[in-house]
Amino acid sequence: MTKGKKLSYLLNLLGVLLVFGIFVLLFETKAFGASTQYIKGICTTACYTIIMVASLNLVVGCMGEFSLGHAGFVSVGAYASAIVSNLLTGKGLPDIGLFLAALTAGGLAAGLAGLAVGIPALRLKGDYLAIVTVAFAEIIRVCFCNFEITGGGKTMSGILKLSDFYWCFWIMVICVTVMYMYIRSRFGRTVKAIREDYIAAAASGINVTYYKVLTFTVSAFFAGVGGGIYAHYMTAMIPTNFNFMYSAELLSEVIIGGIGSLTGSILGAAFLSSLPEMMRQFSQFRMLAYSVVLVLVMIFRPGGIFGEWEFSLTRLLARLRGRYHGKTGKGGE
Amino acid sequence: MLEIKGLDVSYGAVHAVHGVSLHVDDGEIVSLIGANGAGKTTILRTITGLNKASSGEILFDGHDLRKTEPSKIINLKLAHVPEGRHIFAQMTVEENLEMGAFADGKGMDETMADVYERFPRLKERRRQLAGTLSGGEQQMLAVGRALMAKPKMILMDEPSMGLSPLLVKEIFSIIKEVNRQGITILLVEQNAKMALSISNRAYVLETGSITIEGTAKELLKDDRVRKAYLGQ
Repeated sequence: MTKGKKLSYLLNLLGVLLVFGIFVLLFETKAFGASTQYIKGICTTACYTIIMVASLNLVVGCMGEFSLGHAGFVSVGAYASAIVSNLLTGKGLPDIGLFLAALTAGGLAAGLAGLAVGIPALRLKGDYLAIVTVAFAEIIRVCFCNFEITGGGKTMSGILKLSDFYWCFWIMVICVTVMYMYIRSRFGRTVKAIREDYIAAAASGINVTYYKVLTFTVSAFFAGVGGGIYAHYMTAMIPTNFNFMYSAELLSEVIIGGIGSLTGSILGAAFLSSLPEMMRQFSQFRMLAYSVVLVLVMIFRPGGIFGEWEFSLTRLLARLRGRYHGKTGKGGE
Repeated sequence: MLEIKGLDVSYGAVHAVHGVSLHVDDGEIVSLIGANGAGKTTILRTITGLNKASSGEILFDGHDLRKTEPSKIINLKLAHVPEGRHIFAQMTVEENLEMGAFADGKGMDETMADVYERFPRLKERRRQLAGTLSGGEQQMLAVGRALMAKPKMILMDEPSMGLSPLLVKEIFSIIKEVNRQGITILLVEQNAKMALSISNRAYVLETGSITIEGTAKELLKDDRVRKAYLGQ
């Protein structure tokens, strides 16, 4: 069992390395010619969107609660990390150290915000919780429009361009792996039990509020990390970037990808964040296309494109081998 | 083992339970019977802290349950099988049982082997999603999950609800079997006849107060009980 688990982690690491290798090969040989730099940027966008969408999926998929204020946590992370990286510049830190420190600060700030919102809000369920999260994101936006330190409604610019695709790729891999392990752990299963039936969960001795707040905080933490990458990629931002539409966009990516499926979040986020970039000239139709896709998904795949299904490299390999040996196996990411 | 004195519970302005006192001794099966809305479920939910009492005392093994967090009560080895088969529908049978051992995971594999031995049907379906089980199997799963906590006492809320007469019989024989292994049981039931047939003692609850109490044999002969609850 544990040996199989180790093997599956190793296999997945190899898989990730392979994907990374392909990207490096494509970018270093300038496979896209003049637009290589541009494509690299789109891939960075995909990286932070994946982190944000996967973290929202923790709340929506794993915990089964609707949060419509994820952009609020993203903006807390973005601003906190930008402020920290501005403070630490010129202190002799290497770029990557500075970047990691900024992202950690962004994650922690967003996590704290998640904790502060979660403790009172998670006593509510369903629609009521959704309303509170919307209100939170709006409050944050209005606050950031008025704080001196966040640029006071003007664009906060001059943030260091630290988001390099290669680093972001690995940060994304680490974030997704940690979230995957969280879902698969005792914590994740407990949260799923609460989603299934909170009375039975309470009767089994689960402290319902504690686990919900914990998950909400973890989700906010990763949203903040995603926001940090965003800030250091865009290098300039304005609080109105993080409006209700941004939250709705993240949520629709979760739903389209598959509620409860990290695979769905990753592919959904990667696809939907790069699509509008690739079709820049139609960008004003983006929200229209989103709503059409959402309606189609609701009709034909109510659980999202991937449902709760997770891609498993080990399973795939076992199945391929099974063709020759007639054996099947399972496990892994 | 369990002692309740002068318990009052209200839902806002509605006074659901008035001054209920009852006790359950070690190794007994005690039934609480009564019509819909008499307050039976409210009493159980108050014992495990899912509802708050406005006054009264609830003592379990010398611990004051009113001052104990609901999630800590299971650590005192008091398990609750809630009304209406609250199982985790989107989790497998085995995962449901694992959740039962949430508070105390020591020796979980042995306890699970015991539960599977008692409910071979659950073993057959261990990898199946719990929501796809039949009503009777779900009820068995709910009882099995409670047993995973290695309880000294189990509170059971309407185990016969929605089951066919044959399955009701099966569930009640399981309850009796569980009790024979030394687990005390407080049973809340509308099916008074079945409940009284396996109980040592029983209480009759009417609109929030206890009106009749005695041994199960006495109650089976009591005219008021026969008329109102046994349909004779």
